[in-house]
Formats: sequence, structure tokens, C-alpha cells
Amino acid sequence: MNDKKRSTENKSETNDEKWNLRLYVAGQTPKCLVAFSNLKKICDEHLSGRYKIEVIDLLKNPKLAEGDQILAIPTLVKKLPTPVRKILGDLSNTERALIGLDLRSPDGL
Amino acid sequence: MRSSLHSRFPSIPKSPTGIKGLDEITFGGLPKGRPTLICGNAGCGKTLLAIEFLVHGALDFKEPGIFMTFEETAADLTDNVASLGVDLNALIKRKLIKIDHVRVERSEIEETGEYNLEGLFVRLNYAIDTLGAKRVVLDTIESLFSGLSNATILRAELRRLFHWLKEKGVTAIITGERGSNTLTRQGLEEYVSDCVILLDHRIVEQISTRRLRVVKYRGSLHGTNEYPFLIDDTGITVLPITSLGLTHPAPTGRISSGIPQLDAMLGGRGYFKGSSVLISGTAGTGKSSLACYFAAAHAKARKRCLYFAFEESQEQILRNMHSINLQLKPWVKKGLIIFDACRPSLMGLEQHLVRIYKVVEEFKPDAVIIDPISNLVSSGTGREVQSMLTRLIDFLKMKQITTLYTILTTSGAPVDDTEVGVSSLVDTWLLIQDLQHAEHRRRKLFIIKSRGMGHSDQVKDLLISNAGIQITDREVKTETH
Repeated sequence: MNDKKRSTENKSETNDEKWNLRLYVAGQTPKCLVAFSNLKKICDEHLSGRYKIEVIDLLKNPKLAEGDQILAIPTLVKKLPTPVRKILGDLSNTERALIGLDLRSPDGL
Repeated sequence: MRSSLHSRFPSIPKSPTGIKGLDEITFGGLPKGRPTLICGNAGCGKTLLAIEFLVHGALDFKEPGIFMTFEETAADLTDNVASLGVDLNALIKRKLIKIDHVRVERSEIEETGEYNLEGLFVRLNYAIDTLGAKRVVLDTIESLFSGLSNATILRAELRRLFHWLKEKGVTAIITGERGSNTLTRQGLEEYVSDCVILLDHRIVEQISTRRLRVVKYRGSLHGTNEYPFLIDDTGITVLPITSLGLTHPAPTGRISSGIPQLDAMLGGRGYFKGSSVLISGTAGTGKSSLACYFAAAHAKARKRCLYFAFEESQEQILRNMHSINLQLKPWVKKGLIIFDACRPSLMGLEQHLVRIYKVVEEFKPDAVIIDPISNLVSSGTGREVQSMLTRLIDFLKMKQITTLYTILTTSGAPVDDTEVGVSSLVDTWLLIQDLQHAEHRRRKLFIIKSRGMGHSDQVKDLLISNAGIQITDREVKTETH
């Protein structure tokens, strides 16, 4: 299974809570690649050293689509911290992505 | 006639639904390997029809199926069909059916740019391949529109999905909620164009009727009427009968009315087998008694008679007949006479007809009695009555079942509308009238018509006593009952 996901772990200081993120893709489509690079950028900027991204390719693991209730591609699932959130799309709308990740409240504060 | 017409035109391959009546209307089922849209309001039976399609597919046609539900959970679905005696869990265990509940919770979802529904495709594809599924149900995919906000993406993706289903070669049912001006709320009929079936559930005068109509069926003949259907403990039954046309056979065999004197009036040999007989008269003139004699005559000939009683219970009828020396109980015990008693107001006329159709298909009788048909008629409204009765009479004729209807007429009044409506359809019409004679009242019986046979034109006396029924030319001194 491990060879089927790519893990990007960034180990550094902070005893803050860990962010556990999963990005579901279906093959290396441009949209999925964009999503990954957008995600990386957001994480490095806001969660430096506190995050873990797992990329799951549904073409290789089709079973997980049902198990994890995935519908849209790409989908980013914030597993930790709770509550679990699903963020659809290529994350090009950074504002909405931050809201989805609970890094920014909807009213912009 | 249907089959000959059908065989003259080559038709596309069909996938039978196994639902009683529906496969007749569609001449074999849904288009094989293509998507079909089933639409209707909430509670119209869409989900049930879809799940029956899968269950019959799995059990009767060796076609495993996937049920992708966007609303109910797998547990809810299993519970719902358990009431129909279907053990969905067993079918799931045997890998004949798979349920996938797609949960879309708007509050948990944030949309941040371009996406597609590839996840759904992967999911469905994986399920189809693991099960070797030939049938797929998407119930109700329109809920995606309330879960996801980008309608443009959804529409494009649904179009792609239906196209993909076709390429995959699965026979699919897609359900949709009825829209205000469109067949479905999201206009799915634009994307699914091979076959569209509309279900309807309406309440007329506090009685509910369900109807089904095939709106469209590309590449195939189909019935275009609205067909009443019934949902009961065995699932859906559609009444497939339509105007069958006058193509039914005309048997020349005869069957006794059960009363020798009446047989004598009917050219000496009774009714034609497979014909329809109407007995009309005012209250208490002995219509049911004549019907029971007819039933007994059948039983004596070791033939089966189905008696629909809309006024009295079986026990009541048995007791009443016992009092005029007609013993029906032994025949009931032998299963040669079966009573089916039901209050007419319990359901609408159409539902009654579906039920009659169902019981007739099950019991396969030689004769059917409907006593009285006037009560049944009162459960219908206006114009539908005539067409429904025509359907019923045609259906029984096609099956070559001898039928006897009684009609209650109001005294003094000339024949009423329903009587006229029914009488033009039947082959033999007997009328019983009550005449008051000084201190007596007398029953007079005569034949208004009897097609295809020489028959008596006399007005006879009908005597009902504890010795039984007698029909005589002149008054006989007997103790009237």
C-alpha cells in the first residue's frame, strides 16, 4: 500500500497539533497535479512543519472511493484535526481552501 | 394480436424487469444495456420499482446488480424491501446485489475550484467489475444538485456518466423527482433519452390511485396508456390490459347456469363458455342466489370459480345459500369455489381491477363472478368507469373465462348509466324485476339479450324458497322465501 501513496512529511519543531491530509486523485491528470501543488503551497505557508499529505490514486485503489465516500476528483480530506472536512476541486481558490481547512473563518477573520 | 404485431417489427434487445404487467406493456422489459429514466413525485414507488428490477434480475435472470443510493442508507433500503419478503442481505452476501450509499453532506463540503465526478465513476466501475453486474440503479442522482453547488459541472458530468453507462453495457435505471414543468426537476430527460417511464400517485375523492405511463421508448413499441398499478406485500403489479380490441376467441361450448329452467330459456344449454353475463335487478331479487347457483354448477363440473363479493362476507353468503338449500361449503373446502370479499370503498376502482387481475392470474379460474359490479363502479369517478370496465371484461374474455356480473338497480328508475355501460359489453343480460301483486310480491325474470343463441322471450316467475330456486311460467303455490 505504501508504494501506492506518496507521503510528504515535514518534520520540524512545534508541538502543535498535527494536520493529517489526504488528497484523492485519479491518475496524473493536470487538475490533480495543480491540486497537489496548490495544496503544497498552502501547507508550507500556513502549516509549516505540522502537516502530512497522503496522495491516494483511486485508479490504483478503486476500493477506497466507496470506503472514504469520494465522489469528486480531486478531493482533499482533512482527517485531522477534527471535524473531518471534504474540500473539492483543484484548490485554486485559496480563500475557500483555507476556509475548508479551518485556517480561516468564513467571515474572513 | 399483440405477439403477431410485435414479431412483425424487429425490436431492440430487452432486459425483463420481472415486474408483473410492466414487461407486457414494454413488450419485454427495459432497453438492454441502456439507461432508463423513472420519474415521479415523492412516494410514487420509484425506489421500489428500481429495487424490484435488481432483485428479479439477480434471482430470475442471473444478472447481478448495483444499487447506488443517494438518499436512503443501505439499512433503510434493506428494511423497506424486507416488508416485501425480500432478504436483501442474503442477496448481498451471495454477491448478487451490492448497495453503495453515496453520502453528500453539504455542510462538510467546501468547493475550491475545478473538479469532476471521476470518484463516482471509479466507484461504480469497481462495483460493476467486482460483481460482474449487468444492472445498475442510481437513486436519486438528482440529490447531488442539493449537495454540490456547481450545477454546470454536475450537468456535464451526468451527461458523461449516462454515456459511460451505455458504453459499459449495463441496463440502468436512473430515478428522478418530478419537476413542475419538466419530467424531472433537473431535466434529466434531456440526457436519458432511450426510455422514460412516469409514475404518478394521485388522490381522487379521497381514494388513491397509482398510475404508470411509458412516456418514451426509443426503438420499441410500447403501450401508451396510463396503466394503474398496485403496491402490496408482493411488490408492484401493473395492470397491463388496455383496449385489447375485438380479437378474443368465441368458444361455442356451453356451461350450465345451474338452474335447468334457466338453461332451457337459453337455447336449452345455458351460457356460452367464455362469455359474459349480466344479471341486473333491484335489491332482494335474487341476483346473488343466481350467481351462487352458477358457481355451484361450475364446481359440480370440477371447474374453478372465483367469486368477488363486494357486499357480503364469505360466511354470510354460505349461510344465506344454505337457507335456500344450496350447499357451497364443500366446494369451498375443495378449493373449487374461492371467495374474495372486499369493501369497494377500501380502494379506487383501478386498484380493484389490478387486484382482480392479480387474483385471477394466481387462481386461474374457469369462471369469475363479480357481485355486485355496481358497488365497484361507485368507487370510480366519471368517465374512467366505462374504460376500466371494458378493460376488465376484455381481459377476462381473452382468458376465456366465463364471467357473471350482478348489478343493483334502483326500483322504479329505468336502467341507469352504469347498467347501460356494462350491458353493451356483455353477451347475455338477464333482468329480474319485482312486481307487487295484491298481497304478494313476485319476481319476474326475463332475458333482454343473449348473443349467438336462440333464447326465450318470455317473462318468467322466479321463485326462491327453502327448496331452492325455481323458474316457472305461471304462479306456483309455494311458500316464498
